[in-house]
Amino acid sequence: MNPPRPRQPDEHPDGIDLPLDRLPGHSSRGRLERVLRRGEFAVTTELNPPDSADPEDVYNRARIFDGWVDGINAVDASGANCHMSSVGICALLTRMGYAPIMQIACRDKNRIAIQGDVLGAAAMGVANILCLTGDGVQAGDQPGAKPVFDLDSMSLLETVRIMRDNGKFLSGRKLTTPPQLFLGAAVNPFAPPYDFRPVHLGKKIAAGAQFVQSQYCFDVPMFRTFMQQVRDRGYDEKCFILVGVGPLASAKTAKWIRSNVPGIHIPDSIIARLEGAQDQKKEGKQICIDIINEVKEIAGVSGIHVMAYRQEEYVAEIVDESGVLKGRRPWKREARADDQLVADRLEHLLHDDVTESQVDMVKTAH
Amino acid sequence: MVDTQPTVTQATLVKKAAPKSDYKPADVSPQRRVQRSYTIRLWSIRHSRLLEWFYSRFADMFLLLHPLWKKIGYGRVEAPIKFVEKRVKGLMFDCRMCGQCVLSSTGMSCPMNCPKQLRNGPCGGVRANGNCEVEPDMPCVWVKAWEGSRNMVKGDAILNVQKPVDQSLRETSAWLRVTAQAAATRETASKEVA
Repeated sequence: MNPPRPRQPDEHPDGIDLPLDRLPGHSSRGRLERVLRRGEFAVTTELNPPDSADPEDVYNRARIFDGWVDGINAVDASGANCHMSSVGICALLTRMGYAPIMQIACRDKNRIAIQGDVLGAAAMGVANILCLTGDGVQAGDQPGAKPVFDLDSMSLLETVRIMRDNGKFLSGRKLTTPPQLFLGAAVNPFAPPYDFRPVHLGKKIAAGAQFVQSQYCFDVPMFRTFMQQVRDRGYDEKCFILVGVGPLASAKTAKWIRSNVPGIHIPDSIIARLEGAQDQKKEGKQICIDIINEVKEIAGVSGIHVMAYRQEEYVAEIVDESGVLKGRRPWKREARADDQLVADRLEHLLHDDVTESQVDMVKTAH
Repeated sequence: MVDTQPTVTQATLVKKAAPKSDYKPADVSPQRRVQRSYTIRLWSIRHSRLLEWFYSRFADMFLLLHPLWKKIGYGRVEAPIKFVEKRVKGLMFDCRMCGQCVLSSTGMSCPMNCPKQLRNGPCGGVRANGNCEVEPDMPCVWVKAWEGSRNMVKGDAILNVQKPVDQSLRETSAWLRVTAQAAATRETASKEVA
């Protein structure tokens, strides 16, 4: 019989997959809010949503991040490409005790559907919601779809905040149990109008954002200027800022992203550095680690959001090698005590070469 | 895991698979944008301060005429006012008649011209040259809105968080609505004083 393992930080005493209790001053029951409010450097990442109806696909993709991240973004048809829905991914992840950050894009759903999804998600144990506008349908695999955009990211934030704080739908109808959520938004300091971007962040905070994840940061001086303006306005004290980072697979990919993915700014110096490298993939990872090491020192930065699309296997290495966790070990999925008992017993029966007689079993039982 | 990013997107594949024909629409927007140059709209944004001054006089005049509107009946004046409003604002701002005008809070740049109809600020997809992600030849409505608002006296109204659009008010007159609401607040205020 194995000794009981030490309890992880932010683990429910009755079972590792159970939702936590809400701490005073917190708005959600999630681990991400606890980590951020404790002042620890948070790491979040993004799950590449499968084009499949197999739950194992989601579990396998989430397992890669085990013990390295504080939250996993469940993307809502990013780039307007159709994949498993964020609600579906969150349903699977919460079942296993993971801390998903459910993204809601305004592109595909109107306010009726969105408010229903928020309640459903909160009921499943989703503690974090990221409110996004969403890419235009022209960017994706089904450009003929109807763009909905009934709400925008700002009014979506406000809608969810009203549901949480006032216990009401947008219509004013009462909720019997309001959702307990940690609200997030996205910022892109790397797209014009540059001097409006900090003000825009202020608007998002006013609408209800408690944490923000930024677009990919490849231009650290530009981000530094943005953060200076944010600090001047005191916004860094009102919300947690997570910087988006990620490895570039090659110079070719970088150029492709620059010209095809809206809103991602990659300076020439990064591309030149990639081109000059022997192993471009390794260099891409190194650039990512270097950027993390630079941005983590900027005042007002509370964490990083690692987006390693199709390079998810590097997230752990990037987090490890950049040392942002400072030895901290985020929550890791482990078997519940009773499941472990069954597993140990099976292991004993199947693999330990013993013949147990009833007489022996009675003796050990007493 | 695949090492490299696909060089063709799904969107290009879909476009390529579309049946070939002689008729190719010049520019199709999901918003059914009326094809016209943005010259007048951009002029309005450049002159946002003048228009702000003009609009405040104009709104005062409308409010002054409130007894008249009430006498004729707001329902009866709606059709002619809407006719004028739609054409004037359509020419000046490419108005979409959402019925809840926020031009004075958005630097005289109509946010309903944004393909995502964002009323609270730009999305993250604005191109480096300040053009729209969805319609590459159109200057981003919100880049222009920010520029326009900087010229205005009450330009900081751009910081207000706007409520979601009430779709049931589409194709109604914002002028009359604002006037009636202003008259109502004026009346309650005068009652409170009395």
